[in-house]
Amino acid sequence: MTGLLADLAIGAAILALAAGMVAARSAFTATAFFIAYGLLLGLAWVRLGAVDIALTEAAIGAGLSGVLLLTAAARLAARPVATERAPGPLLTALIALCCAAVAVAIGAAILSLPEPTPSLAAEVAANLPATALGNPVAGVLMSYRALDTLLESAVVVLAVVGVWSLTPPGGWGGFPGPFHLRVESGPLALLARLLPPIGIVIALHILWVGKDAPGGKFQAAAILAAMWLLAWMAGLATPPRIASRRLRFAVSAGAGLFLAIGVAGALAEGAFLAYPAGWTKALVLAVEFALTASIAVALALLVMGPPEEEDRA
Amino acid sequence: MSLLLDGFTLVAVFAGILFFVAGTAGLLRFPDTSSRLHALTKADHLGLGLIVLGLLPQAGGVLPALKLLVIWALALLAGATVGPLIARLAREEDAPP
Amino acid sequence: MSATLYGLLGAALVGIGLFGLLARPSPLLRILAFNLLGGGVFLVFGAVARRGAGAGFPGDPVPQAIILTGIVVAFAATTLAVMLLLRLSAEGEGRSDPP
Repeated sequence: MTGLLADLAIGAAILALAAGMVAARSAFTATAFFIAYGLLLGLAWVRLGAVDIALTEAAIGAGLSGVLLLTAAARLAARPVATERAPGPLLTALIALCCAAVAVAIGAAILSLPEPTPSLAAEVAANLPATALGNPVAGVLMSYRALDTLLESAVVVLAVVGVWSLTPPGGWGGFPGPFHLRVESGPLALLARLLPPIGIVIALHILWVGKDAPGGKFQAAAILAAMWLLAWMAGLATPPRIASRRLRFAVSAGAGLFLAIGVAGALAEGAFLAYPAGWTKALVLAVEFALTASIAVALALLVMGPPEEEDRA
Repeated sequence: MSLLLDGFTLVAVFAGILFFVAGTAGLLRFPDTSSRLHALTKADHLGLGLIVLGLLPQAGGVLPALKLLVIWALALLAGATVGPLIARLAREEDAPP
Repeated sequence: MSATLYGLLGAALVGIGLFGLLARPSPLLRILAFNLLGGGVFLVFGAVARRGAGAGFPGDPVPQAIILTGIVVAFAATTLAVMLLLRLSAEGEGRSDPP
């Protein structure tokens, strides 16, 4: 009963925030609603029994996306992009009708889901000891659906390449993102000096604990990226130029290592991404550490953006 | 004994919720950014502290209790640093050019 | 019960996000609405995962892992979209006011 009340309250708040986001007049309001929506969605994931997803939603969906969208809203307020005319009232009503129909159709599908739900939980539980992991989601990510994780790390690398390709002419090879003046004193300097060490420890803890309890490399990578971004915004940490080999190696090393292990598994065991028995824990740990570092660097670079026009020598 | 601890949890969490309601009322009703920030940070920090205090008996061990306290300390740090930043920005926006 | 509730919430979010994507012309609001749409789809998956709870787990781990992957990929797509938008604004493409 109290669980139902909590679910109704969280659901109502999320719906109100979503409606407010779509109806908002200014981009700032919509972005503030989006960050609150992301945090409440994290609560919803905990109620659904998916704590790994809750951590990822709070870190990446609300945290990093919030930073990205807030800076975008600020820069777009200064130089707005021309927008086409809003559809007239009749067209808006027609669009609303069609979207309501889509929502009702999906809702009907939810209400008519088959009753003993087909589930893979039993198979995951049966095969989990072979992966030497205690967290079933980590087992699925690193072992059963390792191909998905490999493709996902490749997608993140491609996104970095895509963002870098948006460099204006004359800026290629420069420092990513807008320039931040070094802040020597004040609350931002305090936060940027005090929080990153704590954040790094927390991130490593989440990475290590993710083997047997909710956590894992994506959440840890998001926290590490956020700490680097905080120091960068206070002007205390200058990122390397995007032409630097070490930066490019750092971004691609995780996916590259994963791919190499996959090919080695194909040669040793006959199946791509098969881990030889006895080496499973060591290989999984190696891939997790490498991927955490690479994805952290990639996520931070994604939020920083491409180099700006003037190349600051 | 556990009944006493549960009662303490209920009282402390309820008091924390009252402070959160007060802070939210301040956010909605105060006229300008500085007073809203004041209501938000003071009331919410105290509210979060009371909720953490109330949850400490339910934590089940020294380590989870310490984690709860670290969460409160981090929330305090974030509020104490972000509040002045927002206030300074609001003052620059409101100041006559 | 809570799974069905959140599944219906996900369906509603899909409808709201789709409406925002189609009916609001501002590009940043469209990106936000696209994220709403994605969040709704993930909630629908999450409801299905919750109903598949068993073998001591609170939810079926396979859809949960796929949702995790989806959140990261959606973030990467959002950053690309936002950077495209910022580049458009920096170029001053198609400004509505005359230069």
